[in-house]
Amino acid sequence: MSTIQTTSSTPDDTRPRGPLAEVFFSLLRSRTFLVGFSIVLFWVACALFGEHFAPYDPLADDIINALAPPSSEHWFGTDQIGRDVFSRVIVGSRDILTVAPLATLLATVAGTALGLVTGYFRGLVDDVVSRILEAFMAIPVVIVALLAIVALGTSKTTVIVVIGLSFAPIIARTVRSAVLAERELDYVAAAQLRHESALHTMFVEILPNVIPPILVETTVRLGYAIFAVATLSFMGFGIQPPSPDWGLSISNNYGMIGGGFWWTVLFDALAIASLVIGVNLAADGVHGALND
Amino acid sequence: MTLFLLSIMVFLGGQVLPGNVGRAILGPFADQRAVDALNHTLGVDRPLLAQYWGWISNFVQGDMGTSYIFRSPVAPFVIDALGNSMKLAAVAFVLVVPIGILGGVVAALNLNRPLDRIISLGGLSVTVLPEFVTGIILILIFGVWLRWLPISAAWPRDAGFFTQLYYLILPSLPLFLVLFGYIARMARSGMIEALDSDYTRTAVLKGLPWRTVIWRHVLRNALLPTITVIATQTGYLIGGLVVIETLFRYQGIGSLIFTAARGKDFPMLESGILTIGIVYAVATLVADFLYSVLNPRIRLGSDQ
Repeated sequence: MSTIQTTSSTPDDTRPRGPLAEVFFSLLRSRTFLVGFSIVLFWVACALFGEHFAPYDPLADDIINALAPPSSEHWFGTDQIGRDVFSRVIVGSRDILTVAPLATLLATVAGTALGLVTGYFRGLVDDVVSRILEAFMAIPVVIVALLAIVALGTSKTTVIVVIGLSFAPIIARTVRSAVLAERELDYVAAAQLRHESALHTMFVEILPNVIPPILVETTVRLGYAIFAVATLSFMGFGIQPPSPDWGLSISNNYGMIGGGFWWTVLFDALAIASLVIGVNLAADGVHGALND
Repeated sequence: MTLFLLSIMVFLGGQVLPGNVGRAILGPFADQRAVDALNHTLGVDRPLLAQYWGWISNFVQGDMGTSYIFRSPVAPFVIDALGNSMKLAAVAFVLVVPIGILGGVVAALNLNRPLDRIISLGGLSVTVLPEFVTGIILILIFGVWLRWLPISAAWPRDAGFFTQLYYLILPSLPLFLVLFGYIARMARSGMIEALDSDYTRTAVLKGLPWRTVIWRHVLRNALLPTITVIATQTGYLIGGLVVIETLFRYQGIGSLIFTAARGKDFPMLESGILTIGIVYAVATLVADFLYSVLNPRIRLGSDQ
């Protein structure tokens, strides 16, 4: 991944900067990050303010003008009950941009806690927990989601919990290996000699030092979370109607694809594609900036 | 271990969490006696441990239970669907493994030149896209606009091998794209490492032709990690199959699980998922075996 990263630290800059500022400026110099971040920012803006600049109400039907091809009136055409596809694509970013980040947040919090505990205590705790996590990682998210949703019913919360818990082991693995390296350092031994509690040592001493790998893993996971949320919505197990969500729209309209109504699915597909690629480019930029 | 955990999860997810199975099948207005009778016939009124043991020991003996919906044994459905999925997965694998490796090798040999950039960035971009998104776009291009390929994977009855293959090309392409990026990336980094190594330098310095160096010394070492990646992607491929089979209306194990989940057909769902788990475990074993065969530094057994 490091090949497409375009940054390098500037040797002539002698002003002292904090590590955070260093990362920030390094990000601003990364073309990969800026392109990805702009795409994501665009969709976030659509999610927040989309209703105000969408030309039509994304939920308003207009049966007379159903399945109209793209025109000057409806830029992206209309769907099977005459809703404006352009407006739906704009507002459709909202649900996925709520569910996916929340799922990622849950995964990060749970994964970090698990990683700290397994990496810090090692021994039996580590063996048992790691084995279970490994077993979990072998099961595809879609399968876990299917089971959970059959058992618990469909809701945004179920989707967040399923994706969050499926991704937690992956983040835990990253955190664990970072903690394993950190716990050999002197400051950890010093804290232990001061008789700090294990909790204090883990969360106050070690955690701040393993933030960079957590940050990288989180941005990468966000890309996969969007992938997973979109897929679940497409399968009918995610975001529910009448939301103009992209995956859901595709699932409602792809049955008519043979009839040549390409505009009902193409723009939603391109929207998902651009968002996923945007997040991944940004993640690649973060990875580059933190590993300089 | 994974299989054991999976079986427990599947069992709990499928049989315990939904609560009253008989009630779920017969609906909220059914007579309580009818519900009890159905629960007794299905055996879901027994203690949990007994249910789990009964289910798992039957499964091991090839008895996957009776479908709630079709009222007939599950096994034939699962075996049929698994066969169909294998066909689809095989087409995707046969396409992606050589092309992915070739892409990675070409990229590494042209390191940091435009061709490498195109392969790396392109591979990364298509890998991160959900299968149904690439699937829709490919259907639009090849099925709707160009009309080269059928948009559904359901081939006519008695279709021959090549007709089936023709119908499978489009569904296998999204899987191909997702896997291509992973395989090409691993092959690329493996190649870069191998090209950089001392044994490659020695081979070049002792005057071997470049072609021999690549074939005999570099490739063999470079491809080892790639094999591991290919094996770990099997689990991923299975998740992809669920989506692709739904999109293309293909009667595989993925759509079987999907339909079973929608219809709350638990024996079908559980057997489908457990079958997938077994396939995954076998794939991992095969990969370990291949790895040791190809790597002269690891030898299983006592031929030292």
